[in-house]
Amino acid sequence: MATVQVDLGFAKTVATSGEFNAWACMNCGVCSACCPMGIELLPRQLFRRVVLGLRSEVLEQADVIFQCLLCRACEQNCPAGVHITENIRFLRGYIDREVFGLDRRYRLALRSRVEEEEYAAADG
Amino acid sequence: MPLPTGDIVGLMVDNLERRSSVFPMSTRRATKWAKGLDIPHGGETVLYTGAMYQLLPSITAMVGLLERVEDTFLTRFVFLGRWANKLVNLSAIAARPARADVERYAQVLRRIAQLLQQAGVRFGYLYGDDMYAGALAYDSGVDGAFADHARRVHAMLQKRGVRKLITVDPHTTNMLRSVYPTVLDGFDIEVKSYLEVLAAAGMAPLRTVERDVVIHDSCVYARYEGVIDEPRVLLEGAGYKVREPANTREQTYCCGGPIEALFPSRAKEIGSQRVEQLREAGADGATTMCPICLAALTTAAGGSLAVEDISLLLAEAYCPAP
Repeated sequence: MATVQVDLGFAKTVATSGEFNAWACMNCGVCSACCPMGIELLPRQLFRRVVLGLRSEVLEQADVIFQCLLCRACEQNCPAGVHITENIRFLRGYIDREVFGLDRRYRLALRSRVEEEEYAAADG
Repeated sequence: MPLPTGDIVGLMVDNLERRSSVFPMSTRRATKWAKGLDIPHGGETVLYTGAMYQLLPSITAMVGLLERVEDTFLTRFVFLGRWANKLVNLSAIAARPARADVERYAQVLRRIAQLLQQAGVRFGYLYGDDMYAGALAYDSGVDGAFADHARRVHAMLQKRGVRKLITVDPHTTNMLRSVYPTVLDGFDIEVKSYLEVLAAAGMAPLRTVERDVVIHDSCVYARYEGVIDEPRVLLEGAGYKVREPANTREQTYCCGGPIEALFPSRAKEIGSQRVEQLREAGADGATTMCPICLAALTTAAGGSLAVEDISLLLAEAYCPAP
């Protein structure tokens, strides 16, 4: 049986971003049916991996993430109101910063913000 | 081998940070369309092009270049282009836009300005300060560089005392109207597309044009900005019989353009699917209201379907003959 590895750092980045919202997805498949790019791009599968913190599986899909047209055909028809294109943009931003090494100053700013929040939470 | 996404996005971001546009061009080229139209400099209400129509000929040329590189060993050397581009504006040298394209897109802007003048709208133009709004950086997820750029645009607009923006394309409209307020403090400039301004003006045509035209809604106008009825009201008011393709209005189908720089072959497939839908509507020609759609559909149609920007169709009816 294939094993999958949960990346806690990635899972935390997703959970604390406030920008990724796929928890409402009920896997109905409307997004896949509407997508002009066809079955290569399945938001419901991709987002499930994100929600589970499966970083390497998500990064394997980098090309697919950048192939999204951001046309919102899926989002227009999503019965769960998932902000699919915003989620795709969030994943692009993560890949830009963590894989491509782009947007370095913003990456540092995001990290220090998360650390500050953690200190604040620890102080209670 | 597919094109290296990181290097291409990186090149666009480098350009945005160093030269204020994803594909920088001279002010002379960006503002040439306005020559002879007597549009005042600046003012509270300005026609804001965001240089999108002016950029398209360069993007089309760049995509042609990338298409030849895609799936060859040359993809391995795109990173060199990115580094060289940091020193010199390689994107302007490597892919020279076709003269006919430059003229075609300039004509669209001229017609938009003439339509607004005809409707009695008072507006200025920022000429050299008419900055790119940053849509490609935002869509690529480069949020830090995008926010820095948006702050520069906002500061310029404040300095020039602009209170209302009349935009000409869906992407710039979306950036300024819906995205800037989420990343900038105190961005309160009113943003309207020229189609909304013209539809509200209730223009009467100088002559009616009796032709069938199939309409291609831009995804961004239809699903992001709710601009759906305005182009129809204006076309029908001019006498056109508007035909709707299989996917239309909120359910419109993408032209493929948004991914043409990274995945040129896939973009063309999507464009061809859409052209087929438009052809099936059986009109004399197709019309759209977005420079990216215009370029993508023109390429995909390859002469099998006439595709024209809506401004040219409207000017035929609402403006005096040139």
